[in-house]
Amino acid sequence: MATMTAPGTTEQLTRSASPARSRGRRNRKIRDNVTGYAFLIGAILCFALFTWYPMIRGIIMSFQRTRRGVTTWVGWDNYTRIIADPSFWPAWRNTVYFTVLALVIGYAVPFFVAILLNELRHAKGYLRVLVYLPVMLPPASALFLFKFYAYDPSDAGLFNAILTFLHLPTSQWMQSPGATMPAMVIASTWMNMGSAVLIYLASLQNIPGELYEAAELDGAGLWRRIWNVTIPQTRLILGLLAMMQIVATMQVFIEPLILANGAGTQDSATTVAYLIYQHGFYQNDLNGAAALGVIILVALAAFSGVYLRLTTKND
Amino acid sequence: MSHNSGTRTLVSQAQLRRGKGKYLYWTLLGLVVAGFTLVFIGPLYWMVTGALKTGQEIAQTPPTLWPRHPDVSNYTNAWSNLNLSKLLFNTFYYAIGAVLFQLVFDTAAAYSLSKLRPVLGNVVLGAMLATLMIPVIVLIVPQYVTVIDLPIVHASLINQPLAIWLPLVANAFNIFLLKRFFDSIPEDLMSAAQVDGAGPLRTLWSIILPMSRPILGVVSIFSVTYVWKDFLWPKLVMPDGSTRTVSVGIVAFSGGSSVNEVIAASVIAAIPTVIIFLIFQRNIMSGLTAGSVKG
Repeated sequence: MATMTAPGTTEQLTRSASPARSRGRRNRKIRDNVTGYAFLIGAILCFALFTWYPMIRGIIMSFQRTRRGVTTWVGWDNYTRIIADPSFWPAWRNTVYFTVLALVIGYAVPFFVAILLNELRHAKGYLRVLVYLPVMLPPASALFLFKFYAYDPSDAGLFNAILTFLHLPTSQWMQSPGATMPAMVIASTWMNMGSAVLIYLASLQNIPGELYEAAELDGAGLWRRIWNVTIPQTRLILGLLAMMQIVATMQVFIEPLILANGAGTQDSATTVAYLIYQHGFYQNDLNGAAALGVIILVALAAFSGVYLRLTTKND
Repeated sequence: MSHNSGTRTLVSQAQLRRGKGKYLYWTLLGLVVAGFTLVFIGPLYWMVTGALKTGQEIAQTPPTLWPRHPDVSNYTNAWSNLNLSKLLFNTFYYAIGAVLFQLVFDTAAAYSLSKLRPVLGNVVLGAMLATLMIPVIVLIVPQYVTVIDLPIVHASLINQPLAIWLPLVANAFNIFLLKRFFDSIPEDLMSAAQVDGAGPLRTLWSIILPMSRPILGVVSIFSVTYVWKDFLWPKLVMPDGSTRTVSVGIVAFSGGSSVNEVIAASVIAAIPTVIIFLIFQRNIMSGLTAGSVKG
């Protein structure tokens, strides 16, 4: 295998011609790499300590149990225990329900808001600032606003006052299990839609105007133009944001914690992320929480696999 | 964007200028401006003025638009009862530290990956970017266990600002953003500096960084707002009353304080980020779209 290099290649010639220079070059290469890594080392250490190592450690922890300082290998024990938790399935049901609602409301609304803003020729800057403003609020502040002022179950609450004004039935909001999830999605959408709107706006501005022109000449109405031009042209961003949205909704935590004081009425607000918090930091069951983390990771990986397969098949 | 420079969008310009289209456009614009103001400023107005009302007035139906006897006592009580000055100072301190740590380590890393390109640099970058796929919530438990007992040195970072600063350095998105920006700086400038005898550190400091001010600004602003908005991690690693962040403090106090006091505290906690936003909104908007893929 090593006898391939014929004597007389240029490399061989230069190497035999001046061994000193080539050693100098090698030294220099080593020095360049040392410099390169000197600049990288801070970031590498932080990644190693706070993401790479914890990733592996989380998986190991999920198969261990620590009692009185002694760590033992317990196999799937943590997994069976966490699945047996009576809140396990409600938490998944709620999380999936939240994700679906968030896709219907929190995903479609920003897209249409972006289309609308893109059509307007005035007050654009003002409207963009408005939409993004809630994104800048600390979530705790925004959620207290919703909890105490908007979702006040008495008639004095903002939403109930509006409903009364419109002669519609009022709601108990967070005290009514059926309304809990939609209320959480509304609050979450209000808080977070700004970034999605701006990302959509940027991609809408890249659509060549001739496409709309051509579609219009072919007699396509407004909806057909959205369906046949806008959506295909922004498909990449739509797909990317759907993915990001699903990963984000998997982690819904502060909404149930603040709006529903945690689990909500009859587990109506428990999410998988909240369950991790509950196990890890309330019940002092860090191993169970780690196992749940691994379950989330596997579920997301499986989902992404299916998603990628479906979206690439269409091409 | 002025109205005559716009390119063709969903609806043609000509259609908007004609009689019926023009009428429709202005009605729609009015509706959108009024509607958006109501939806996005309305709740904030409600929050700021609500905290000026008495508990009695806030519970009455129908609600009053403007407090009958505006009273700032909720704000002053919140300020002293929650020890807000301390909480705000803590948050500010963590945010500034986070900016400095990210700027130093992430720019150095991005510079190395973009310009010095050491062996296996791409593998390192790949391993960093791969962490973007891992949801934060999955890492929270093992990260916490790592922070309470650091490997090898066996020290605890609980209640230490480093517990907030160091994990934020591990931000693949920032490194990617910075690297992409540095990639666009021509190689000629680098070789020119080298010929002049400038070492890598000097090149970074006097050539790359001055050219990268916009992106450094974006990274800093995002870093400040991230720390200001974060909740779960600071709650876990800064459990003491004296080291808490403002968000964690408000939630901790929310059980025992009056509704109006909690709201007043929420308003005060939101003021810094809102001010930052109003000052830097252009940079924020451009930074937001700079990181996203063109579609």
